[in-house]
Amino acid sequence: MPSPLILLSAVLNGLMTGAVYALVALGLTLIYGVLHIINFAHGALLSAALFAAFFAWQKLGLDPYIAAFVLAPVFFALGYALQRFIIGPASHGDDRNMLLVTLGLAVLIENALLYEFHADTRTVELAYGFRSIDLGFTFLAVSRVISFVAVFAVALVLWLIMSRTDTGKAIRAVAREKLGAELSGIDVAHIYAVTFGLGTACVAIAACLLIPNYYVNPSAGNAFVLIAFTIVVLGGMGSVPGALIGGLVIGVVESLGGFFFGESLGQVGIFLIFIAVLLVRPRGLFGANA
Amino acid sequence: MVEPLLVVENISCRFGGLLAVNGASLSAPSARITALIGPNGAGKTTLFAVISGFLRPNVGRVRYCGEDVTGEPPHRLARRGMVRTFQIVQPFAGLTVRENILVGAHLRHRARDAALAMAEQVGCEVGLGELLDRPAHTLTVAGRKRLELARALATEPKLLLLDEVLAGLNPSEIRHIVPTVRSLATRGIAVVMIEHVMQAAMSLADRVFVLAEGRIIAEGSPAEVAADAAVVEAYLGHGAAAKMRGTNVH
Amino acid sequence: MKSFVAIAAVVAALAAVPALTHSNVVLNFLVVTLMIALAGQGWNILGGYGGQYSFGHAAFFGTGAYVTAILQVRYGVNAWVGFAASIAAGAVVGAIIGGLAFRAGLRSSYFALVTLAFAEVLRILASVTPITGAGVGILIKLDLRAQSFQFQSRAIFYLVILALVAVALVIARLLERSRFGAWLIAVRENEDAAMALGVDAFAVKLGAMVLSAAITAAAGCFYAQYFLFIDAAIGYGPWISIEALLTPIIGGVGTVFGALLGALVVKALGEGAKLITGDVPGLDLMIYGAVLVLVIRFAPRGLVGAVTDIYDYFRAAAQKPAAEAANG
Repeated sequence: MPSPLILLSAVLNGLMTGAVYALVALGLTLIYGVLHIINFAHGALLSAALFAAFFAWQKLGLDPYIAAFVLAPVFFALGYALQRFIIGPASHGDDRNMLLVTLGLAVLIENALLYEFHADTRTVELAYGFRSIDLGFTFLAVSRVISFVAVFAVALVLWLIMSRTDTGKAIRAVAREKLGAELSGIDVAHIYAVTFGLGTACVAIAACLLIPNYYVNPSAGNAFVLIAFTIVVLGGMGSVPGALIGGLVIGVVESLGGFFFGESLGQVGIFLIFIAVLLVRPRGLFGANA
Repeated sequence: MVEPLLVVENISCRFGGLLAVNGASLSAPSARITALIGPNGAGKTTLFAVISGFLRPNVGRVRYCGEDVTGEPPHRLARRGMVRTFQIVQPFAGLTVRENILVGAHLRHRARDAALAMAEQVGCEVGLGELLDRPAHTLTVAGRKRLELARALATEPKLLLLDEVLAGLNPSEIRHIVPTVRSLATRGIAVVMIEHVMQAAMSLADRVFVLAEGRIIAEGSPAEVAADAAVVEAYLGHGAAAKMRGTNVH
Repeated sequence: MKSFVAIAAVVAALAAVPALTHSNVVLNFLVVTLMIALAGQGWNILGGYGGQYSFGHAAFFGTGAYVTAILQVRYGVNAWVGFAASIAAGAVVGAIIGGLAFRAGLRSSYFALVTLAFAEVLRILASVTPITGAGVGILIKLDLRAQSFQFQSRAIFYLVILALVAVALVIARLLERSRFGAWLIAVRENEDAAMALGVDAFAVKLGAMVLSAAITAAAGCFYAQYFLFIDAAIGYGPWISIEALLTPIIGGVGTVFGALLGALVVKALGEGAKLITGDVPGLDLMIYGAVLVLVIRFAPRGLVGAVTDIYDYFRAAAQKPAAEAANG
């Protein structure tokens, strides 16, 4: 039986990984909560953001945490355009078409990255990349602590947007009752696009937070996205607190699972949880009825 | 005396905090038209959903042909001969009218040819003979209502639950469809219809049940129910019955 | 009757190809195309006719490939018995996944997600467990005899896969004319309305899933016999889940020939792109992704739908002058 301090260390690491998972899941759940579609392109967008952050560092010398402030609006615009001009018009009133379009985008983006940049893995080398905080029984990487705090900062900003701004209120109105919102004069197509943009911006910020400790290659995002799906389903589709709590929980489960069972089986474990939640309680812990 | 074909006993159905149906009971005999009326939000469609197996009640039983069928799934009830239509019409949009009715006909006819013949026959009976090969989504509201009816009829039902089959139709269309509905009872089918179009419902029905706020507040012949003060109040508000009789309510 | 004639004509035309060319390149291209068409037709049964969009059909393809490989290599079972076992295994996996997913009432996005998850679980398990060869995969021993389901001549492989595709085309046509098919399509159009008319939606969807899985498993088994190698990325990888759904979507979901047409177009695009820009990884899938997006955006009923629309348009246009002449 491993020492409790080692377990605690695994839990802490899990929490910090989980926070970034939570941010990715947050974008996904936001999109689902308003558009009622599952954005299968989420993982590919994360990969694209990782590449963007990488090149920002490599070519422009931008520190990832600074790059986040640049990439967030850029990816917001990208997400807005994707929803407004491609995904939205492609739906023809049937959800299943949107599923296929986001899947198509996922395949397109991921393989465009593969085609252009090949499968070699790249990493970012930061001056403070190896610095850590000594807690006595374990070390916490500074960059991961920053990520943890940043995620909650982003969540706070999102909450402020949702509750204080007119756009945020419009988003909540559309999420609750699209037809009513439309009749009140809200431009639903615009709101959908804004929401998609916000979700994509979350992904961009997550990429910047990840990049000091993670690798960059075309399929990196996919590894994340199935975990993000699990979190969203576990926490409840469309529930922001669900995404945050679910993210932390899954991060810890993955850390402990990987610790005891090895990485591959740990992943299988997560998928099995995912399948189990879908089959038994699809609305998750905090979600509304599907 | 033989039990009526459909007997609904004391059904209550709760959604979260809302008690949509509260101890409702009704019965419907064969070869008669029974109307279920009541103001908006009274719980009529919920009651239909419970009877036809789309919802489970919290309390109460549904008896059909003398057997307890509470909670049986819709497709099994359809096989027993209980079929419902939907308030918001749900045609199989991508299929033709004939193909739509075919789905219903297939319940009793496995072979495609036999089912197609049935579909053609029912389609003509219901007045859709000219439109059989049109895509269902091109039909007008009146056409779609007839299609709902035709699909249900093709299953050769003993009990037909019609949810607002007259809604959305103009007076001329109503005049055309009323005889069709009446003929169903003549054929021996028990018809239960939810209706808002008061005049048509009252003229068609042999017996009326009034549902308000989830409770049955009156039952009887159309004339009896129309004269019932509680019914008037349910529709027009508190004190309306007295006002209509010219009495001072203060 | 008419459409069985159409199927016979198409199959006969395709069967003539080996007589017209001995080019291994062409035959190989067609073999792979037909194999993908078979997998796609499997998807089409569940997705096209049934309206249940699976994003994890790799689960059946990989099972088909692995079961025959494992039976032959580890247990010395005859390849044709392996083939039958593959199809049965695919059907069983389909029954399990479908049973669980449909019993839970999963629809649309949730169904797509759960099928994706199942495929991924199988992929990870296949990449680590010894019986599937873990990361290395399984090699089937070269044994170019008919009883081992291996053939010296590529043309024979071609005729075999063509025969399988022909069977799948006939199955689709029979489905269209059967009660089961009418019920399946009704469930696709509106599940609640179908149930109200006596259709046991669960049983119908499950049946479609099992049939769909069996057909796709047959394609997987054929893959193993043709390439004599299978591993987790090939058997259970996203590429086949995507190609299996892409081909009927492009060709026309819910039609007899959609998957075949779509496979020809998709594979031709892939080869064409490779010729122009070289065999760079990611190119073909990138094009497939773009095509999927464009098709859904502009021609959601696929090629068959587009052709039908054009035909209807011209027919209506041709009738207008006649009508005007009658009125004028």
